[in-house]
Amino acid sequence: MIQILNTVLIGITAGSIYSLMAIAMVLVWRSTRVVNFAQAGMALLSTYFGYEVIQISGSYWIALPVAMIGGAVVASIIELVIMRLLLKHSSQGAIASITPIIATLGLLGLIKSVIGYFWGNQDRTIVSPLSNVGFTFGTNTLAISPMKLFIIIAILVLVLSLTFIFQRTNLGLALRASAYSPEISRLAGIKVDLVRTIGWALAGAAGGVAGMLQTANGTGTLSPDSLEFSLLLAFGFIAAVIGGLDSLIGAVLGALVLGLVLAFVLTYVGGSLVFITAFVLLLIILLIRPGGIISQKAGRRA
Amino acid sequence: MSLIIENLTVEHGAIRALNNVSFTVKKGQLAALIGANGAGKTTLLRTLSGLNKPTHGKAHWCETNLLHGKPEMLVRHGVSHVSEGKSVIPELTVEENLEIGALWRSNKKEMQESKKTILELFPRLGERLAQRADTLSGGERQMLALGRSLMSKPELLLLDEPSLGLAPLVIEQIFQSIKELTKSMGITILLVEQNAMGALKIADVGIVLNLGTVAISGEAQSLIADPAVRAAYLGY
Repeated sequence: MIQILNTVLIGITAGSIYSLMAIAMVLVWRSTRVVNFAQAGMALLSTYFGYEVIQISGSYWIALPVAMIGGAVVASIIELVIMRLLLKHSSQGAIASITPIIATLGLLGLIKSVIGYFWGNQDRTIVSPLSNVGFTFGTNTLAISPMKLFIIIAILVLVLSLTFIFQRTNLGLALRASAYSPEISRLAGIKVDLVRTIGWALAGAAGGVAGMLQTANGTGTLSPDSLEFSLLLAFGFIAAVIGGLDSLIGAVLGALVLGLVLAFVLTYVGGSLVFITAFVLLLIILLIRPGGIISQKAGRRA
Repeated sequence: MSLIIENLTVEHGAIRALNNVSFTVKKGQLAALIGANGAGKTTLLRTLSGLNKPTHGKAHWCETNLLHGKPEMLVRHGVSHVSEGKSVIPELTVEENLEIGALWRSNKKEMQESKKTILELFPRLGERLAQRADTLSGGERQMLALGRSLMSKPELLLLDEPSLGLAPLVIEQIFQSIKELTKSMGITILLVEQNAMGALKIADVGIVLNLGTVAISGEAQSLIADPAVRAAYLGY
């Protein structure tokens, strides 16, 4: 019984971190129709910013918002300098639709090299600011620690804030309108280019927080070739696709489903099957619900 | 104080869509731009609203140079374009579709007044504010597209085929609403239409485009009476 509860708790913690990465993928997809594989690199770079702040100030709590802002700045620069030019100049030809996606793969390598150049290839360590020892319940130790509890609450707050921004503010309306129909949005007076940059910035911020939380939750080590960040990208992407790639709520649900399934496989089947399970789950969802788990039928298009 | 187009030429690659087009629409007038498929009507509107880039020529609305601006900036100068088909965002609600037309306006009180006026003009939109736009009928969507455009308080309205795909009775209503916009709000309108007769009936002036050039222009009534126009464009 306690094992099932613990598996659920592990799944929710992992799933909530995946959900931030998934949200980052969805935000970029919605604003520019680009699947951003550089997201892992951007998150990693933001986490290195956080690492530097910890070296200087000694505080994870200062580093976390700095990594978030750093992620937003890096993403804005990438969108303004690279993606905007790329979308403008590669709008024709057979590979036009995949050029930006290939570019993000190149960018991933570039960011990792930049990190290697500035910080070197050896591991850096971020110490968890809160205890990672599980709460005890009677004689049992639960798989939830103060740090994990903080992660879940922080992500819940972020997801709710993003949902509020999207559904209740003018910026959110502009973000949604531009995603659905850039041309009509332009004609309505929305500065679509600016809105796209903001979409990337929000994604970069979410990625930065995901990187900081994942590092504090996991092994605590950072390196340019961090396996943890590659997994974060893979699982975030799979979660986003399970959720339909177009919906924030879908991304969160997809991430929680993925987190729970992987936790159960890890506990009851074995660690070697985790990666395979993620992709099998992706294939199953794509086969039975290609539009994602919360896809809805389109209304009439007269 | 008018819409002045001089020698406007637009090329799509090797194809010359518009060739030295010149005409003027006085402020407060409703001008019908008619012509066959491929005559360049839509290209003209898209160029005036900043969606297409011209090859050469001039186009001004009052003090505003229409050829040097992005659509989102021209809206701020009173130029609003309702593109072809039902120019609404299906995934957003009716209310949100209206609001996106006024996000850039800083005076929220004026914005509320615009909304009130629009809902008086199209009461059916008021009953459906919370519905998604893709639940609306074709005519309601066209009303919504017009409403969204009016939210930006336009002085010059560029309308691309508002009658497209609508039933005759609905077309009649839409045309009456468009006429009403000029008469009661003083909005200058350039109306592109396949339905040449319907458009000329409500218009003050008419411009006939043929293969990218202005074939005939003049008072709408005299165009309707012109045997050549009748034979070529009005079908009888």
